Amino acid sequence: MTLFPFSRRPYAFRAAPCDHGPALACQCGSTYPVIFTTGHENGLPTGAMSAQASVPAISRRHFLGAATGSAALAGLAGLFAPHAAMADTAPSGVVEKPDLNIGFVPISCSAPLIMATAKGFFQSEGLNVQLRKTAGWALIRDKLLDGSLDASHLLSPMPLALSLGLGGNAAQPIRVATMQNINGQAITLALKHWHKRDPRDWKGMTFAIPFQFSMHNLLLRNYLALHGLDPDKDVSLRVTAPPDMVANLKAGNIDGFLGPEPFNQRAVYEEAGFLHVLSADLWDGHPCCAFGTTASFAEKYPNTYRALQRAMIRAAYFMQEPSNRLEAAHIMAQAAYLNQPEIVIEQSLTGHYADGLGVVRDNPRRSGFSPYPYPSMAVWILSQFSRWGYLKENIPLQETAQRIFMIDEVRKQAAALALPAPEDGQNNWPVLTVMGQRFDAFHPPSYSKG
Amino acid sequence: MLSQENRLSFFLSFASLLGVLLIWQFSTLPQASRSPYGIPDGNAEYQRLMGRSAVASTVRSDFPTPGAFVRNAIEVLHAPFHNNGPNDRGIGWQLGASLLRVMIGYGLATLVAVPLGFVFGLQPVIQKALNPFVQILRPISPLAWMPIALYTIRDAELCAIFVIFICSLWPILLNTAFGVASIRREWLNVIRTLEVRWPQRIFFVLLPAAAPTILTGMRIGLGVAWLAIVAAEMLVGSSGIGYFVWNQWNNLSLSNVILAVLLIGLAGMALDAALAFVQRSVRYAE
Repeated sequence: MTLFPFSRRPYAFRAAPCDHGPALACQCGSTYPVIFTTGHENGLPTGAMSAQASVPAISRRHFLGAATGSAALAGLAGLFAPHAAMADTAPSGVVEKPDLNIGFVPISCSAPLIMATAKGFFQSEGLNVQLRKTAGWALIRDKLLDGSLDASHLLSPMPLALSLGLGGNAAQPIRVATMQNINGQAITLALKHWHKRDPRDWKGMTFAIPFQFSMHNLLLRNYLALHGLDPDKDVSLRVTAPPDMVANLKAGNIDGFLGPEPFNQRAVYEEAGFLHVLSADLWDGHPCCAFGTTASFAEKYPNTYRALQRAMIRAAYFMQEPSNRLEAAHIMAQAAYLNQPEIVIEQSLTGHYADGLGVVRDNPRRSGFSPYPYPSMAVWILSQFSRWGYLKENIPLQETAQRIFMIDEVRKQAAALALPAPEDGQNNWPVLTVMGQRFDAFHPPSYSKG
Repeated sequence: MLSQENRLSFFLSFASLLGVLLIWQFSTLPQASRSPYGIPDGNAEYQRLMGRSAVASTVRSDFPTPGAFVRNAIEVLHAPFHNNGPNDRGIGWQLGASLLRVMIGYGLATLVAVPLGFVFGLQPVIQKALNPFVQILRPISPLAWMPIALYTIRDAELCAIFVIFICSLWPILLNTAFGVASIRREWLNVIRTLEVRWPQRIFFVLLPAAAPTILTGMRIGLGVAWLAIVAAEMLVGSSGIGYFVWNQWNNLSLSNVILAVLLIGLAGMALDAALAFVQRSVRYAE
């Protein structure tokens, strides 16, 4: 098992001669030179960062192997004393509210939240987190807004919809603290449709989605529209809780669903359906679930908010490491978390899976995890809100996106943890490729419906 | 010695149970895979990923057999009070949490409904004035209150209790009013003639006289409360037997759902039996 403090330590970004004790001293100033100061958002050391991020993981491991015992020991010290390790770069003040209730919906997207709890990432930030398993997205929304949840697992369109007051709620500013996962969804069809692999044949079918403001809804609508179907007229979309999706698929009440894992794989396992297409093959790297809280919570408890971010960033990096996926599946299968057969979770996390039509397939990109909320993705979501009539007014897309998907905050905390930056060249507005189509957040296409 | 009739009814009861079990057993016998294109025989890795050993040629049925159900029930009931944090508690805890909620909500409803019922029963004018509202509110399904409650009370726990309160209120209120109103005129005239004071009138005459009817209302109210709590907990749950049902359904674990359903039935029966006992003790012959 690879743990980040071991392998990433040599690439720590240090501001000044560090003051976190002799055990770590050898790694900071002496072996590796000071790279840049904390204010990296001004874009100075971009080249240095991406060059480092592109160092293949294997060479880091080689480095570790060659490292002396004392270096390994130092890494170990960093694992158990993350506060000390980040003291020099992060303004880690006292956590104002250590006891937190955090909501989650028992799906694989919540893996970082579960790992942050089970692997002690919250604890090492001085947070005492109670995870609250919650029955659905509407309830998550209500409990977050009424304050019985301090922060929560959210579908990534939810913070945007809630902040804009869509869907009949009063506008309530929500912030994405970190993203949780990318990819990891699928379109599952009932077995009886095994020959109908062309979406053009899907007219009149009924599909289930977990929530109106979900990536699932937006992806499915986009996919259908791409194949010439009007998602509002040619098919019926039904908001359904994931376990009901599997049961309804089995009973023949729905023809398919675009749902979260592990329920796609569960439908295969129950011999109710097959995996038509993975969301990774529709839009590789699409956001799915976020982790967020109300803006008022973030402003009232800034240190707590940052501590939450750091724990969740570590958890996302932990989950992204393929060698950790089996352990994660084992933990997530427990009754307190997903309460699902381990083999089902394992398939959706590792991407080594049965497709439901008798073939074992491999796609290591089936599930991914990344803490970075790119505002360009938020612009895509907002443009879909307008496209499907959820958002009636014209709003400044980029500004709204930036206000809710605050990626620089996440970059700063990831740097404080000395985690390698993503290979995006510090670009917060990458051009997206959604189902083969280019999406530039500064020039969103104008959709003509139907 | 059992009477002829009792023996017959016992026999019929036993036979119907056996019949249900037999139908259950036969309708859940393992079947071959339902899908001809589902599981290739030769592919061991595929079999493993589908949760089947390569040797087994039959698959488990969706619905548990009675035997599988009993094995699972023994396992679950073996540690009814295990506690691995708020998301994984034993079924005993869950049942206890539901009972506690019902007791609080139902207790509050009784405290409100019985005095109000007395007012209704003794003052026909007030009853006439408020009756339209009662009649409108009474048939509302407890779950229809849920969104309103969630939005206004803003606390899931209190919401569940409110739902219990609001749905057990009406039967108790109406039965109390009816019971008080139908106390024999002679008794009321006697206490009026004797100038008995109000506390004595209530506790020594009116309450005992109306008690059987009030308890009928309380029995109905408790039944409704127990019906509502399971549904409410499935919606807002973080604990309780309704949450247990939802959590097991999330895992599509029908065995556990059936077990929970049986326990809900048994607990409801026990609650009703307790009130029936109280009712017998306040019964009187005129």
